[in-house]
Amino acid sequence: MNLFRIARKNIGAKPLNTVLSLMLLAFGVGIISLLFIVEDKLQDQFDRNIRDIDMVLGAKGSPLQLILANVYHIDVPTGNISRREAEKIMKHPYIESAIPMAYGDNYEMYRIVGTTPAYPAHYGASLQAGNIFEAPYSASIGAEVAKTLGLKLGDHFFSAHGLTDGTDVHADQQFTVVGIFAPTGTVIDQLILTPMESVWGVHEAEAAEREEDPSDEITAVLLTKKNPLAVVMMPNLLKETNMQIALPSIEINRLQSNFGIGMATLRALAILIMLISFVSVFISLYNSLKERKYELALMRTMGATRFTLFALILLEGMILTAWGTLVGLGLSRIGLLALGDQLKAKFRYDIVDMGMLPGEWLLVIITIFVGILASLLPAITAVRIDISKTLADA
Amino acid sequence: MLRSTGVQFRYPGGSPMQFPDIVCGAQEHMLLLGESGTGKTTLLHLLAGMLRPTTGSIVIDNQEITHLSSRALDRFRGSRVGIVFQTAHFVHSLSVEDNLTLPQFLAGKTSDKQRARDLLERMNLADKLMRKPSELSIGEQQRVAIARALMNNPAILLADEPTSALDDKNAGHVIDLLESEARNTGASLIIVTHDQRLKDRFEKRVTL
Repeated sequence: MNLFRIARKNIGAKPLNTVLSLMLLAFGVGIISLLFIVEDKLQDQFDRNIRDIDMVLGAKGSPLQLILANVYHIDVPTGNISRREAEKIMKHPYIESAIPMAYGDNYEMYRIVGTTPAYPAHYGASLQAGNIFEAPYSASIGAEVAKTLGLKLGDHFFSAHGLTDGTDVHADQQFTVVGIFAPTGTVIDQLILTPMESVWGVHEAEAAEREEDPSDEITAVLLTKKNPLAVVMMPNLLKETNMQIALPSIEINRLQSNFGIGMATLRALAILIMLISFVSVFISLYNSLKERKYELALMRTMGATRFTLFALILLEGMILTAWGTLVGLGLSRIGLLALGDQLKAKFRYDIVDMGMLPGEWLLVIITIFVGILASLLPAITAVRIDISKTLADA
Repeated sequence: MLRSTGVQFRYPGGSPMQFPDIVCGAQEHMLLLGESGTGKTTLLHLLAGMLRPTTGSIVIDNQEITHLSSRALDRFRGSRVGIVFQTAHFVHSLSVEDNLTLPQFLAGKTSDKQRARDLLERMNLADKLMRKPSELSIGEQQRVAIARALMNNPAILLADEPTSALDDKNAGHVIDLLESEARNTGASLIIVTHDQRLKDRFEKRVTL
């Protein structure tokens, strides 16, 4: 027999009240914790993929689209630009390094990106098998691509036109897997990398029809600056061209402040649910107190001090809150698994991580603290019970 | 074992009540008789330390209880005084066994389940150990309440109208039980009642 056991039995004696309080609390905690995790993981993905890319050079259009397409590979590109025009920028003294990219095809929804070995090197990608792409139509593939499609070294595949469907296959040119990258946690994991010549070669026939030189077409260039003035000066240089410069950090901030409104609404809703749950904990403790007044007075006659009763009611509130928090964290993990599958299917982002974030620990502490506050008034009421009057009236 | 002298009490806004001096020796059994409204329950609560007298002294087991702090009084009551109330009440979420070990825990003693089993055995309730109090009949509940009052081997057992709701036969049983268990435990027994049927069973009586 101990106080904890009495508190536990008392909570169990009122299953309906208990379930209501638990459910409300669990939903509140669950939603907030899920928001924490998703925000944290997306932020992490955004940050990891930006990695020192100061500017992206590409065709005019939405700067956000330019970033999403070329840094994160989750949107379609704004168009193509002239390699010769772009090279003027790439060789500009204010530019530290420049990684060109040319793409427009996919294999089984994974983008085939023509680039230079500097691209995977920028993300610190190392090969877990084979070699880096060198010859035309050789491909080094990301870890996620290899895993999902079951591609091995020496396997062959054909590219399909466009980025999202596999119907229009370029059957004349066959790619060969020459290397597989180790997982990097960046966009490299989801790409098929090949020399730019491969991409140009595949599109030779189409380009010939339009009397264009395919090797003059690239999609975008990832730039790092040597001189901070580059950012100020570039727009002037690009005035007469069809090109633009976009800054990933600025565009992502803009994006986050946009969908941040949705997040804030959800968070406000979750906090509201939590507040209601605290009220429900308070009401159920307070109501049960009315019915248990005699019991509590009885416990005093058996030696319980005022403090014993105070501690008992507080403990009941804390057990309820602790359970609600625990169930809530469990719910957020279940939600994460469900959401993680969707995000993975759509953007191939892996956000599933069952660990606790610092923000979640804070949430646990705050929840239990407010739980104590909600049980405080009932606990004080228990302390003030007049045992003689209560027992004489019963 | 219990001695009260010059005890007076006054409810807020009420008129002062005066109580006769009561002396109850070790293992002595006595009756406090009084009609409704004579302050029987008030006196019982005073003797149990649930109310503080405005003046007077109450000594139980050589301890003057009127000067104890609220906390010390709770502890003293829990370990030295057993109380049987008019209607039996329990902590409803706990089993009969837990309700019996509860006074030991609350008085800060180690839990002795054997004592609970022995007491129930003697009251023919051994099979009810794991039941909820609400599943017992009123008579059974009353017996469990008596067992509970004796769990901590109190120096004094106070009973408030233990027979008022019972017929002659059952009233006799309950008084037998109170007397025999008080004797077994070595406690003094004070029964507060208006039940005239009990009058002839006790030599020592105080009328309010």
